[in-house]
Amino acid sequence: MSQYRPGTRLYSAVCAAEVMVIKCAAAGEVACGGHPMSTAPVADKSGLDAALAEGVLMGKRYTDEADSVELLCVKPGRGSLSFAGEALKEKATKKLPSSD
Amino acid sequence: MNIATLLQMAAEAFPERGAFKCGDDEFTFGELWNAALIAAMRFQSSQCQHVAYLGEASPAVPIALFGAALAEMPFVPLNYRLSDGDLESLASRISPALMVTDRRLDFQVDGLALVGIKELLAAGAAETLEVPLDPEALAVQLFTSGTTGAPKAALLRHSHLFSYIISSVEFMSAGEDEAQLTSVPPYHIAGISAILSSVYAGRRVVQLPNFNAQAWLRLVLDEAITSAFVVPTMLARILSEIDAGASADCPALRAIAYGGGKMPVPVIEHALEVFPNVEFTNAYGLTETSSTVCLLGPEEHRQASASDDPQVRGRLGSVGRPLPSIEIEIRDQAGRPLGPNMSGEVYVRGPQVSGEYREKRLVDDDDDDGWFATRDAGMIDEGGYLYLSGRADDVIVRGGENVSPGEVEDVLLVHPSVSDVAVVGVPSKEWGEAIGAAVVLEDGVAGDEDALRAHVKARLRSSKVPEYIRFVRELPYTETGKLLRRLVKADFQ
Repeated sequence: MSQYRPGTRLYSAVCAAEVMVIKCAAAGEVACGGHPMSTAPVADKSGLDAALAEGVLMGKRYTDEADSVELLCVKPGRGSLSFAGEALKEKATKKLPSSD
Repeated sequence: MNIATLLQMAAEAFPERGAFKCGDDEFTFGELWNAALIAAMRFQSSQCQHVAYLGEASPAVPIALFGAALAEMPFVPLNYRLSDGDLESLASRISPALMVTDRRLDFQVDGLALVGIKELLAAGAAETLEVPLDPEALAVQLFTSGTTGAPKAALLRHSHLFSYIISSVEFMSAGEDEAQLTSVPPYHIAGISAILSSVYAGRRVVQLPNFNAQAWLRLVLDEAITSAFVVPTMLARILSEIDAGASADCPALRAIAYGGGKMPVPVIEHALEVFPNVEFTNAYGLTETSSTVCLLGPEEHRQASASDDPQVRGRLGSVGRPLPSIEIEIRDQAGRPLGPNMSGEVYVRGPQVSGEYREKRLVDDDDDDGWFATRDAGMIDEGGYLYLSGRADDVIVRGGENVSPGEVEDVLLVHPSVSDVAVVGVPSKEWGEAIGAAVVLEDGVAGDEDALRAHVKARLRSSKVPEYIRFVRELPYTETGKLLRRLVKADFQ
């Protein structure tokens, strides 16, 4: 399986979620709500697994334990994100004072 | 990965929220996105390869910046203070280009087309455009001020600016009442990063095209400004205005960030007294690093100014610690990493670091793992705080000993007769380089060379005492507060 290129936009097959690949240093598949995400918008969205419906929040970054993948949510949705079968977690960020 | 996505997200989340205001021109995030789409279509149909902007700050700057990003063309803001001759040579380096400007140019360059600033501000209907995805496409090209020769074209790719924003700004973290006052010109990296940060944070921006302290204080009050970015010379002028009787009462103002040049410690100490309820943040960054890489935050300002411990207090003169996504190292002249408290050159690494010029790529990913040599001299203390001491090229080599101008300047600045000072190397038969100090005196004070030398000698090694002292009316700065050391040096020869 090939790796995703940074900048790639991925669309959920089960909800409104869209994410952008910020970093991807390993092979694996990004899924949302239990279904692989697609590089093109999906017209018929269905099949959200109720056990994988924690939701993705706009502007939040999601990573795996090994920090091999990082996704930015650019459109919120109801599904949960995973990479290579591992559930992704919201990246912990330190609040910084504005410097510009 | 494209910076237009940042605006698209803001426009989807809060289309009705105010985004930019300059004089009578006002745009919400929704309107700004619409105007950027219209601009992008215009840029795409122009057959140009660059979008230049020549003019003062206006909502047309973000419109052209995001429009160029959508059209996948580099945005090239130009310094409106340049002569037509200098502009002609820059224009010929970017043509075919579309230049957004209201200025009448007395030259013609093949492939250069002009568009009026007002035309970008006009309302209209936009078609939707897909945001391009290529993270390696050029987003912004900034010409350096050319203090050491012909201006170099620094290149920032979408990946650099995008990484900087998402790792340093929380999406839509600004409250609806927040308003940011920006007075840095559009052709400065801080002018670009101010736009991107505020858009992603959902913070309204009020632009002040031509900084003066009076207008700044009035806008802070009239627009209920909550935060502002200033270069050190601007802060010094604001404080002088207040010292001369202007009111410092800015009830809404909560935060001031400063950067773009060295902040004299007496100025920031004075600012903390004048604005006791304002949080101060010092930001260190370069054009080649997409703006900020190091921060000294509000809490650190408070701790330092309240402390009697000289090391903690000394942190007011530091630029703070690196952003979480940034690594910093101090290296010697051979490129070997140095330990704490040892002076050398500052190296930076991180996803926002470009280090790339049209003429030359300074970051070599293969050989040097993405480290960028900033040419800034400095050291890091045990607490991880970075202290800058000037440009590596400005270090004075006196009889084999390295003397950093900043160290001598800091000492002279605390002398009560000194208002401003620049220390430079002066050619010397005996030492190779001797130390020269150009001193601006406080009003009504007579200059006393011996007193100043005694003052330095009491605090530093005798080899760091200036051999030559000149009293001058003022020092040469660029409009963004960068000291033109080359000119100070020339006056000693």
